[in-house]
Amino acid sequence: MTATLGDYERVVGAEAVEELRMIAARVRGRRCQHVNATPVGGEVAEQLTRLVPLMRELGIETAWDVIKGDEQFFAVTRALNQALLGKPGLLSPAMLDTYRAAMEMNLRDLDFSGDAVFIHDPQPAGLVQRKREIGRRWLWHVHMDLSKPDSAAWEFLRPWVECYDALLFSMPEFGTRAAVPQFIVPPGIDPLSDRNKELDPEEVRRVLESHQLDPARPIIVQISRFDRASDPLGVIAAYRTIRRQHDCQLVLAGDGRIDDPENFNVLSEVEGQAAGDPDIHVILLPAFSDLEVNALVRGSTFVMHKSIREGFGIAVSEAMWKGKAVIGGTAGGIKRQIVNGFTGFVVFSPEGAAHRALQLLKDPELCRRMGENGRLHVRHNFLLTRQLRYYLLLLLALDYPEQDVIFLS
Amino acid sequence: MPHKEPFVFNTEHRLVELCGVTASSLQELVRALKEVPGSSIFYHTHHLYLEHHFEKPVFYNQFALWVNEALQEEALAERLGTIDLLAFTSIRQLREAIVVRIEEHLAQTEQAPRECAPGNEFHFCRSKSFIMPTGIVARDVAEFVSRLPHVTNSSLYFHFFEARLRLERPTNDFSLWLLGRGEEDLAIAVDRLNPYSMTLDELKAAIVELCAQYGRG
Repeated sequence: MTATLGDYERVVGAEAVEELRMIAARVRGRRCQHVNATPVGGEVAEQLTRLVPLMRELGIETAWDVIKGDEQFFAVTRALNQALLGKPGLLSPAMLDTYRAAMEMNLRDLDFSGDAVFIHDPQPAGLVQRKREIGRRWLWHVHMDLSKPDSAAWEFLRPWVECYDALLFSMPEFGTRAAVPQFIVPPGIDPLSDRNKELDPEEVRRVLESHQLDPARPIIVQISRFDRASDPLGVIAAYRTIRRQHDCQLVLAGDGRIDDPENFNVLSEVEGQAAGDPDIHVILLPAFSDLEVNALVRGSTFVMHKSIREGFGIAVSEAMWKGKAVIGGTAGGIKRQIVNGFTGFVVFSPEGAAHRALQLLKDPELCRRMGENGRLHVRHNFLLTRQLRYYLLLLLALDYPEQDVIFLS
Repeated sequence: MPHKEPFVFNTEHRLVELCGVTASSLQELVRALKEVPGSSIFYHTHHLYLEHHFEKPVFYNQFALWVNEALQEEALAERLGTIDLLAFTSIRQLREAIVVRIEEHLAQTEQAPRECAPGNEFHFCRSKSFIMPTGIVARDVAEFVSRLPHVTNSSLYFHFFEARLRLERPTNDFSLWLLGRGEEDLAIAVDRLNPYSMTLDELKAAIVELCAQYGRG
């Protein structure tokens, strides 16, 4: 069912929705179009599923198109993503030809209808090459860290990147040196999605018990991929230190559809470490497990997100929204979300994670207070309605490229 | 603001834009400070006043915060963080004051220049601000006072910080309008408030209290 602004108003407050209406009144009449790579699954598709109907409800004619491509093309874009994150030597000339051909095909098929086109992530980035013929303002929302790309990948994309009217990044550290205006648009969580909505405590209990977790004992949860970057082995090391002083159970839950051989190795090591300890629960989640993730986090005492490499790491805000203190690493956007000492702790090592975890386990009042603070912090900074506000302002900003202060009647 | 016009409460919505300039040492910071747009100087000295804090930050000035945390130059951080923003009537003056303090520090110090740890660089940003009426209007002083509790922090921020330093008006918008209404004493009292020493919630409470003190509450 499509959520309306009225539904959001009940969660985010009347003032936030009134602000949206106020800005939208100045944007009305403009048409915009979003283009990404998938209609379902993944952070961007989830955001657009909600944002597009809300933009329409606010009176902005909004289209959403998804590019087409065969398995070969999407294999190339996966490599391109990794290369843009800094991994060298992944792209061959033939792969770049595949990408160019897919862009040509999509340019023939797509109808560009709006005043402004939001292109999401690298997969459709090359569509901008026909900007001169198509016209309109083009924005590239890069939902990843583009600060240290592999030079070959960057040189491939750069001529197109420089055609955009603006680039959008989650945080300043992710930006690029391209001579194009760059704006900060942090991601927002959807408080009404299955992953974040309120749940009946009985439902939470049922999910915990279905995984043989004891709701009466402390539960530490990390929701992340089984890869080196998420450091599940570091979390197990922290857990073992904690267990010397305090009872607890550990949940490591992540996507069970693993296609990277190295991640199979990580999972094997995690399962090896967990073997023989009934209080370590390794949970391989199938597709569409959002309700289960929601219940696991809500059933936890607190959450860990101890990544050593990370994008924005919006799972941190998802946990804080559920009133959970979060112990997180320093990577990517984690330290931008955790207010150290107020909504959780930022740590550098398994030892640090264990130290802070024991502090929370021994002081339930501190744990509760940090959880409350976390929810407040997300309400102020990391809800989808805020992201929507930025999109509306961007539609206005394109009309005033040279002005810093813009007066609107 | 013409004298007998009603007071239109505006509010500010902003986008944050990257300047494309970073610094990892004091030398780079001071070089960039001389080059970045004035809106970047304003942004980094003001925007923390708009944010929610669980406790007041050590400094609201982000240059001071970065010098303190990333470079651990505590003495200089204190000099930057205690710059009295009310003493300036333009961003140009404020920029000069920041640059002078850093250059003085660099001239006096004998130690090798410190670099921040990778990942802790200072990223210069600026805001693109959209000013629009909130729909709240006061036709006289009594209405002005009655509307104040409904004014958001963004609105207060615009009329106090943006109006005075960024738009270079002689004082905050409230005092200017009150003067035009013949409320000279109240206007001066509001002008004497130091908005930089309190949160926006505290500032609003202080204005409401002044209105009461001057028999306008």
